[in-house]
Amino acid sequence: MSLTSNAHLDFERPLTPMPPRRTRAAWRSRVSSWDVKFTPYLLIAPFFVIFTVFGLFPLLYNGVVSLRTWRLDDPSNDGWAGLANYRQLLHDGAFRHALINTFGIFLVSTIPQLLMALILASVLNRKLRLRTTLRVGVLLPYITPLAASTLVFAAIFARDSGVMNYILSLVHVHAIDWQEDKYWSWLAIAIMVNWRWVGYNALIYLGAMQSVPRDLYEASALDGAKPWQQLWKITVPMIRPTLIFTIVLSTIGGMQLFTEPLLFNQKTADATGGTAGQFNTVALMIYKTGWKDLNLGYAAAIAWALFVIILVLAGLNAFVANRRVAGGK
Amino acid sequence: MTTLQAPPVVAKRRHSRGLNRSPQETPAKFLNYVVLAVTIVLAAFPIYWTFVVASSTEEETAKIPPSAIPRGNLGKNFHTVFNSDNVYFIKSLVNSLIVASVVTVSVLFFCSLAGFAFAKLRFKGRDPLMVLLIATLAVPTQIGIVALYILMSKMPSWLGGNWNGQLRAVIAPNLVTAFGVFYMRQFILEAVPDEIVEAARVDGASTIRIYWNVIAPAIRPAIGILGLFTFAAIWNDFQWPLITLTGDRITVQVALSRLASGQFVMYTQVLAGAFLATLPLLVVFFLAGKQIVAGIMEGAVKS
Repeated sequence: MSLTSNAHLDFERPLTPMPPRRTRAAWRSRVSSWDVKFTPYLLIAPFFVIFTVFGLFPLLYNGVVSLRTWRLDDPSNDGWAGLANYRQLLHDGAFRHALINTFGIFLVSTIPQLLMALILASVLNRKLRLRTTLRVGVLLPYITPLAASTLVFAAIFARDSGVMNYILSLVHVHAIDWQEDKYWSWLAIAIMVNWRWVGYNALIYLGAMQSVPRDLYEASALDGAKPWQQLWKITVPMIRPTLIFTIVLSTIGGMQLFTEPLLFNQKTADATGGTAGQFNTVALMIYKTGWKDLNLGYAAAIAWALFVIILVLAGLNAFVANRRVAGGK
Repeated sequence: MTTLQAPPVVAKRRHSRGLNRSPQETPAKFLNYVVLAVTIVLAAFPIYWTFVVASSTEEETAKIPPSAIPRGNLGKNFHTVFNSDNVYFIKSLVNSLIVASVVTVSVLFFCSLAGFAFAKLRFKGRDPLMVLLIATLAVPTQIGIVALYILMSKMPSWLGGNWNGQLRAVIAPNLVTAFGVFYMRQFILEAVPDEIVEAARVDGASTIRIYWNVIAPAIRPAIGILGLFTFAAIWNDFQWPLITLTGDRITVQVALSRLASGQFVMYTQVLAGAFLATLPLLVVFFLAGKQIVAGIMEGAVKS
C-alpha cells in the first residue's frame, strides 16, 4: 500500500525541470526506501490484526460479558449484573465438582503420560531397526481426529458390549461401569488423553535427547552408570527446558479438557459429563452453561475463573522451574 | 549416520559391552522391541477397532466374544450415515475440505511473508515484536469462546452481519497463526543466506520480489510440513465449529458428533462416520508421516 501512496505524493509535487530519466530514478529510489522501511510492517501486520480481533479481544471482552446478564434466549434482558455471576459461581456445587474432576483427570492423565513418553523416547533413542516406521507408528494417535477417537473409546469402554470389559472378563474381572462410576470414568478419559499424547510427547523428547552431547554419556558409562541411571542423571536434566515446555502445554490442555467428557457421555447432546456430572469438566460446563442453558454471562464468568486458574498454574510452573534452577546452583 | 560417525576406537575400549556408549549407539535389546511393539499395537488398536465396528451389523457387535476381524457391512453403514437425518455427512465432508484448504493456503501465504520479514528484514521493533508473537502462543484463547461467539454475532453489516453459522466464523480466526510465523521464521533463518537477500536488494529488487524470487523457492519443504500440520489441525478442530456452526453448514467432526447424539447410539453407524472422518488424515499420514515426525522432533511444533 505504501508504494502507491508514495507514488501519488510524488506526482503532486511541483515538477522541477529535470530530465525525465533522472526524475524517474529519484522516484524509484524514493519508492525503494519506502519499501525497505514500511513493507516489513505490512508483512507482519496480518498476524497481529487477526490475533487482536479473534484472540485477544474476546479474551478480554469475556471479562465484560461476565459482569453482565447475557442470555441467548432473552436478548432484551440485558444489563450490568455486577458481580452476581461470580457470587453464583462461589456457591455453585456443580462448578466445584467440575473443578475437582478437571484436576483429578489432569493428574491421572498428565503424570503417567509424561513418564511413559520419557520411557518411550529413551527406547526410541536406541539404535533401532525400522527406526522411521516405529517413530511414525507411535504418532498415529496424534493424527486421529479427537471426536472420532473419543467415540471409538466410548464403544470400547461400553459396559455391556465393550471390548475392554470382554478382555477383563478373560482374566475374571467383573464388568466395570466405565461411565457411571466416577473414578473409573476418570481413568477411561485419562486413557483416551494418554493414548493421544504419549507418542507426540515422546517424539518431542526424542528430538531434545538427540542434542545431548554424547561425551556426557561416555564419561558416565566409564563410571559404570546403567542405562536407566543415565536416563535420570544425564538425559532428564539435560532436556529440562523441553520437559517444562511439555508440562506447561499439558497443563493448559488438561485444564481445557472438553471433547472427551462431551462425547464419552451416554447422551452426548446433554453435555452433562455423565448422568451425575461424574466426569464433568470446567470447559464442558462453560459449553453447557452458554449454549444449552443459554446463559452466556454466567458462562463467561466460569471461563474467567478458569483463565485465572490457568494463569496461577502457569505462574506456579515458572516459580518451581526457577527455584529448582536456583537450588541446583 | 550415527554408526558412521562413531570412531572404532570407542568400540575397542575395555568396557565395550554397551556401557561406554551413548544411547543412540547402544543397540536396542529384545525387551526394547517388545515395548515398542506393544506401544504400536495399542496406538493402532482404536483405529483398527473403528474399522471393525464400522464394518459390522449391530447384532454382530453385541456378540460375546466380539468379532476381532472386519465384517462385510461397511458399505451399508456408510449408506446409513450418508442418509441420516440432520447430519449432512457428505456436505460436511465438503465443508471440512473447503475450510481446511482455505485456512491452509492462507496460513502458508501470510505466515511465510511474516516469517520472511522477521528472519531477513531489518525494521524497528523487530525483536520485541517477535517476542510478543511467541508470547501469544501461551495465551489460552479458547477460553474466550463466549465473547468470540458474541463478537461473531455482532459483525457489522458491511462484513455480512452475523457470522455464526457460517464457515467464515471457523476460517477467519485461523487465517494466520503465531506458530506458523514462528516456524517459517526459523526455517528461513537457516535456509536462506543473508548474502543472497542483500545481493538481490543491491540489484534493486523490491521486498515482494525478493520474497517471490528468493524466499518462495527456498521454503518448499517448510511449506509441505506446515501445510500438513495446518490441514490436519483444522480438519480435526471440534469445539469452536461445534459452537458456531449450525444446520447443514457444519464440518465433518460436528456431523460426527451429531451421529452420536441420538437417544440410542448405534455404534456401527457412529464409527462408520468416525472412520470416514479419519480416513483422509490416515492417507496423508501414510504419505507424509516421516515429514510430520521430523517436524515434531525439530521441537517447534505445538498442537
